Amino acid sequence: MREVAVVAFAQSKSLRRELDRNEVEILIPVIGELREKSGLATGEIDFICSGSSDYLAGQSFAFVSGLDAVGAWPPVSESHVEMDGAWALYEAWVKIQMGYADVAMVYGFGKPSMGDLPETLALQLDPYVLTPLWPDAISIAALQARLCIEKGVTSERQMAEVAARDRKNALGNPYAQVKGEFEIAKLLAEPYLASPLRKHDCSPISDGASAILIASEKRAKQLAKRPAWIRGFTHICEPQDLGVRDLTRSRSTEIAAERAGVRKGKVDVAEIYGPFTHQEILIEKALGLGASTKVNPSGGALAGNPMMAAGLTRIGEAARRIWDGSADRAVAHATSGPCLQQNLVCVLEGN
Amino acid sequence: MSEPVEILKTPVKLDYTYSAGQSASRFLRAMAEGKLIGQRCPVDGRVYFPTRGSCPQHGALMRPEPVELSDRGTVVTFSINRVPSENIKLDLPYAPVQVLLDGADTILMHVLGECPIDQVHMGMRVQAVWKPKSEWTTSIGNIKYFKPSGEPDAPFDSYKEHI
Amino acid sequence: MPPPTERALTAPHTLQYTYKRSLGKVLSAFFTGLRDKKILGVRRKDGSVLVPPKEYDPDTAESLSEMVEVGPGGVVRSWTWVARPREKQPLQHPFAYALILLDGAATPLLHAVDAGSEAKMKTGMRVRARWAPQTEGAIRDIACFEPEEKK
Repeated sequence: MREVAVVAFAQSKSLRRELDRNEVEILIPVIGELREKSGLATGEIDFICSGSSDYLAGQSFAFVSGLDAVGAWPPVSESHVEMDGAWALYEAWVKIQMGYADVAMVYGFGKPSMGDLPETLALQLDPYVLTPLWPDAISIAALQARLCIEKGVTSERQMAEVAARDRKNALGNPYAQVKGEFEIAKLLAEPYLASPLRKHDCSPISDGASAILIASEKRAKQLAKRPAWIRGFTHICEPQDLGVRDLTRSRSTEIAAERAGVRKGKVDVAEIYGPFTHQEILIEKALGLGASTKVNPSGGALAGNPMMAAGLTRIGEAARRIWDGSADRAVAHATSGPCLQQNLVCVLEGN
Repeated sequence: MSEPVEILKTPVKLDYTYSAGQSASRFLRAMAEGKLIGQRCPVDGRVYFPTRGSCPQHGALMRPEPVELSDRGTVVTFSINRVPSENIKLDLPYAPVQVLLDGADTILMHVLGECPIDQVHMGMRVQAVWKPKSEWTTSIGNIKYFKPSGEPDAPFDSYKEHI
Repeated sequence: MPPPTERALTAPHTLQYTYKRSLGKVLSAFFTGLRDKKILGVRRKDGSVLVPPKEYDPDTAESLSEMVEVGPGGVVRSWTWVARPREKQPLQHPFAYALILLDGAATPLLHAVDAGSEAKMKTGMRVRARWAPQTEGAIRDIACFEPEEKK
């Protein structure tokens, strides 16, 4: 395995609605910041990969326009995944492992505010027996939350505590959308949005983008003072049918964590992509984190959930803590699909 | 009723409020005033029309100053279409044309009008034919079609880079 | 990048696709069953019945084909309340989505329950399929489920 590290990261502010900028205009300053931080021009990047979903814009091949923010002449080696940018990063990492690249740029972006996101996500479900019932994403997550609560895996109070913790952490994050100090009692007094989920149990709808630069050993040492070395990187998927899965645990995260070697050392920081509070709890359990791990110092997805970039941002936020020395070992997680169907785990080390 | 069901219809319909962003909005607002506004790339000075805000070759933000273009140009290439389409309300056959507007470095896709279909050719000089001003909206559709301007053909060298 | 200088233009846009999906043997049997007001699952090697039916066992990948009738009644395993239904959802007044374990099935089916009020929903309650006035071979041949009246 080649040594590969995360060497730069940039993101836009998560906003409920980017009223005045399209996806390209949101990406331009993010890519620009990455170029500035690294000093690299497009021609010096061996591979570019992006993550986005055409269904957020409602246009087939919508993702192609994102490349305008990068510049594609002379022709570049480029790829795209119809997934969160975290999976685009995985593809770029594989490219470097294969020896086809030494430096790769990855970006993720989405403007879910243009459509009805919870309804759009019904397209991720079985097209024969589920999508025609158009269950929205919040209802789907709520079905899982109730199973977890009634089994004793979590409670409404514990879920409120996760929301409060993440949004308090987000006070220190200038890019976060929902932040503040919230009293548990007040949160629990709120009405249900889709029982047993309340508004605070759900991540906000956010427009935004983020980008990451990774490089193989020699280049990484030139590009960063303290590269965040990727020492484990795996993603695992569960079946699509909700009925054949155990929705009260994240088995795919458990397997990914094992294969990525999460528990080979102390985890100082974990950035978890939990679009709903009970899901963040399931991932924390599945990763097997100890009490000394600082979870979601950025606030996580509950503070800002730019679709298709939020997972990539978890990796960037974890890398930042390696660069600034506040962590020696960090774990980043990303999820995709209904009820944590697919999970990615990335282990970063400073040494 | 005794035949097995073998096909399932699963229509998808999603509603969006699409947002054009800064550059496209500027272009569309100018169209509503009968103006064709392009932007210049800061790296090589080429004028793009229309633009999404950044240069697709360099990834650089376009220079903000508007570049007003003529509504006259050269047919760089064309096709003859004989296939009907639900969304296109044109008599068949029609000629989609790629027009290099005077002052622009990128081509505009549009359609030819007021010209027998066997006379369209590369290098033909054309002129936009606009809808009546009272019908103008924020749309490229304010230009109904391009018609031959009557000028002599543009030399091949003047548009060969844009084919 | 300089901050935006003007409000961007917006326009409504509808994405619409017609799709006709071929079903294959197992789903054809399932949807034919629905047209005929029967709910079918498929039997796995261990004897348990998967609902909705699948062509392959999700654990062993074995090919499956033995169809078994289940329901039309069953037990709610989980539920949530939809206070403001969206236009395309099965009911246009508040209703529940639920995971329903039909009698004879080992895996739950997700569908709507017309309970009348959130207070009437409870994990463990029994529900029964309500068929649509016209059936055509689609999941919405079951209009929804409704609480089974206690006898």
